[in-house]
Amino acid sequence: MKVAIIKYNAGNIRSVDHALKRLGVTAEITDDPDAIVSADKVIFPGVGEAATTMSYLHDRGLDRLIEGLSQPVLGICLGQQLMCSWSEERDTKCIGIFDQPVRRFPQGLKVPHMGWNSLDLVRGKLFDETLKGAYVYFVHSYYVPVGEDTAAETGYMIPFSAALQKENFFATQFHPEKSGSPGEKILSNFLQL
Amino acid sequence: MLAKRIIPCLDIRNGKTVKGINFENVVDVGDPVELGAKYAREGADELVYLDITATVEGRKLFADLVRRISEHLNIPFTVGGGINQVEDADILLSAGADKVSINSSAVRDPGLIDRIAGGFGNQFVVVAIDAQFKNDGWTVFINGGRIPTEKELFSWAREAQERGAGEILFTSMNHDGTKNGYACEALRDLSSLLSIPVIASGGAGRKEHFVDVFDHGCADAALAASIFHYNEIPIPELKDYLKQNNIIVR
Repeated sequence: MKVAIIKYNAGNIRSVDHALKRLGVTAEITDDPDAIVSADKVIFPGVGEAATTMSYLHDRGLDRLIEGLSQPVLGICLGQQLMCSWSEERDTKCIGIFDQPVRRFPQGLKVPHMGWNSLDLVRGKLFDETLKGAYVYFVHSYYVPVGEDTAAETGYMIPFSAALQKENFFATQFHPEKSGSPGEKILSNFLQL
Repeated sequence: MLAKRIIPCLDIRNGKTVKGINFENVVDVGDPVELGAKYAREGADELVYLDITATVEGRKLFADLVRRISEHLNIPFTVGGGINQVEDADILLSAGADKVSINSSAVRDPGLIDRIAGGFGNQFVVVAIDAQFKNDGWTVFINGGRIPTEKELFSWAREAQERGAGEILFTSMNHDGTKNGYACEALRDLSSLLSIPVIASGGAGRKEHFVDVFDHGCADAALAASIFHYNEIPIPELKDYLKQNNIIVR
């Protein structure tokens, strides 16, 4: 199986690669369009700021490339947010796979939402019932509200989309590569699609 | 619900985990990767690795070590020690660190916080503060608690937040090593002053101290070293105890 991790100006792509290695899969970290299009699975990781990252992707045509992929695609953290239609973070137009806005957490609790939080509701192909209530690792200041593509919900002041799924596109707000054994289960479910 | 985090801290010298008091009587307590993986299996929520090496060779060993840690660990980890410029942080990020912790270097050059946060995101920057309470105030110290500064804990923590710190790791020098509990009062004030998470450090000796630091200290996470290294409080036992006391942990 060929797995491509999209290489771009986002932090800590390496840890996704290491997590896949622990599952016995060697991935290619690449921004080569042919390598991405021909992969069996594509992972779109991301830590960083929405506007800068979107303009980086746009300049290289990677935004349209991601939108046109037909194999299973997994966006992680900022990856999930950029797969939505628009982000409140510096008023950024995003790729638009999921018809959802990305909003900043309201004032109240501490932001970033950082640490381990529970998956209160799970559905779709990345999850099974054993993952309901499982704790996974989040680090983010912006969130995707609950909508029709929501595949997992977590609560922090309000319920939000911990994961999304639509056709061949999957995304998690949390970091499965940093989420202990539940995270490994979710990555492994994605690899088995 | 967001869980409270338990964070074992490992001091690294020349690629080995060590434990000592004020850099004296340092003893080797195990391989950093194996020890970290053991803590992860036992339920540690994050790990902090602090490089206390002063030599260039030791620094290279540390970057190699960070890469090995990242390969083996399935939970987040922070690395600190000797990060004086953005390039130092970049090397550690590329090696696989999730966050960097800066302490004395941020006091000497506060703009370093802005530059690292600007380059890699706020979530990547933990500002560690060592402070001592004396004559009605908290004075910030640098160089491992050896040199007092003009800075005061609360105003410095607030400045660090404004400059882009994603978390504050506060060590009370009055409590560190005493095993008499964390500086809950100061932590509580810090937590209400800041809008970013606060990690408590210094003073853990008994399980009750963790209940106190989360309940009364309002800390988001609690860090400890020796009680874990010498297995005085096994992490699974600590987590069970916290659950019994209605603290949310994973």
